[in-house]
Amino acid sequence: MRLAPYLLSLPALLLFAGVVVVPLVMTVLLSFHDWGQYKGIEPVFILKNWQEVLTDSYFHEMFARTFRIAFFVTLLAAVFGAPEAYILNRMKSPWRGLFLLVILGPLLISVVARTLGWALLFGGNSGLVNKALMSAGLISAPLPFMFTETGMVVALAHVLMPYMVLSVWAALQRLDPQIENAAVALGAGPFTVLRRIVLPQVMPGILSGAIIVFALAASAFATPAIIGGRRLKVASTLAYDEFLNTLNWPLGAAVAVLLLLALVAIVIGASRLVERRYAQVFG
Amino acid sequence: MSKNGPLALAYHTLFVAFMLAPILVVCWVAFTPEGFLSFPTDNWSLRWFYAIARYPEFVSAFWRSLWLGALSSAIAVGVSVPAALAIARYRFPGREAMTALFMSPLMIPHIVLGIAFLRFFTQIGIGGTFVGLVLAHIVIVLPFALRLTLASAIGLDRAIEHAAVSLGASEWVVLRRITLPLVLPGLASGWALAFINSFDEVTMTVFIAAPGTETLPVRMFLYIQDNIDPLVTSVSACVIAITVAALVVMDRAYGLEKLLVGRGVDGR
Repeated sequence: MRLAPYLLSLPALLLFAGVVVVPLVMTVLLSFHDWGQYKGIEPVFILKNWQEVLTDSYFHEMFARTFRIAFFVTLLAAVFGAPEAYILNRMKSPWRGLFLLVILGPLLISVVARTLGWALLFGGNSGLVNKALMSAGLISAPLPFMFTETGMVVALAHVLMPYMVLSVWAALQRLDPQIENAAVALGAGPFTVLRRIVLPQVMPGILSGAIIVFALAASAFATPAIIGGRRLKVASTLAYDEFLNTLNWPLGAAVAVLLLLALVAIVIGASRLVERRYAQVFG
Repeated sequence: MSKNGPLALAYHTLFVAFMLAPILVVCWVAFTPEGFLSFPTDNWSLRWFYAIARYPEFVSAFWRSLWLGALSSAIAVGVSVPAALAIARYRFPGREAMTALFMSPLMIPHIVLGIAFLRFFTQIGIGGTFVGLVLAHIVIVLPFALRLTLASAIGLDRAIEHAAVSLGASEWVVLRRITLPLVLPGLASGWALAFINSFDEVTMTVFIAAPGTETLPVRMFLYIQDNIDPLVTSVSACVIAITVAALVVMDRAYGLEKLLVGRGVDGR
């Protein structure tokens, strides 16, 4: 009977050993192989690709852009998503479920279709977004959105927003409304209640949402590829180019492995920090 | 609970508009009667929907996506059930590590998985084949299937099984007549969530699909890379319509909130 759990999970374990662990190890090894225009991939162990990725200023710039975009996407999602989750949570029964469906539903709609929508909205200088912003008097001349980081940030913020709302929403479900009522009864204004009672309690939700959004934004592919076009590259679109256009697989593998390592470090580091910060309060 | 003020409702309206704008605009442009991208106002036409039929790549990619999603989700659920029972019922060394391994496709960027699968499948000689697509999709949708089967396996009342055993049922009969029927709703919703994730996946699939094995999102993505015209908006509009229909069904049957607000998505 002691073997039973292992036997039960054997199919899944075999599948993951064969189709996840082995390919990942092979990819790490691939990043150490040599490559030449005519000789193709040579299975030797060299540090050339890693040296190139770590020292070439082109790659520095590209990774800086990737993480800069991810940072602003996370900021936008937190600043706009968290208040919406709070408003949503205060709604009455039919509306609450309906709008939750409306806001979380896009998560399941193809990311290609959603990004296509942004490409149509941005569409050159006469795009709908520019028309709306100009008629609202917010800007005087059309802003470039297509093929810019601004466009990528806006589109990615839209694509990943549901994760933030979901995360804050989950934190709000654990909140005891009586505490809010107690604060009001003791004479706190609505702003004070929000700042001193609600915000500290949903902060773990905002932070864990931020970690998810950041990780997904830094590794997003379809949205940066469509909005950024062929020139404005981020880590994932660069790796794609190396694999399917230049055919320098070892270099592409080095870029991908570096992205994975950076993300794992950031996600684990940030999670530790959040857990330590809030361990005393919620432990 | 206090009510939302007018300011909050105004903010909410803007937020919902932001979330829906790109989706609605795709559907709007899809009805253009023109040969180029435009926002139809008084003239609506279905010509670009009929045009899909004359573009066999989209049609065959659609059927391929459908089969791929159905097949890989079914296998993922089939593999998840015993694993979920093991995780839910036993305390054994390596239990946490194993769960983390099965959930890892959620954490590993799909771009990295795509590259890893491309390298692996090319080496073992199934690069660009449907078999490779199925294997890869099983792995990436397994966390969703496992999450929901696990939730229903944990929620299962063991007393019912014990009662069946005490009444003389064999282990196999208990599994077939008691356990599986009780976890079936979890399996069905796990399959549905896995299917949608497989149907929408593009980042990983774009690496391992060859011209004859492209899925619909990959075909759409490659098409958009070349040019954006009304045809791809009408295809997208169809995809959106299908997803919304599935969404409403799933929401009625299981509750979207329960489906999405589970461990895994925010399970930290």
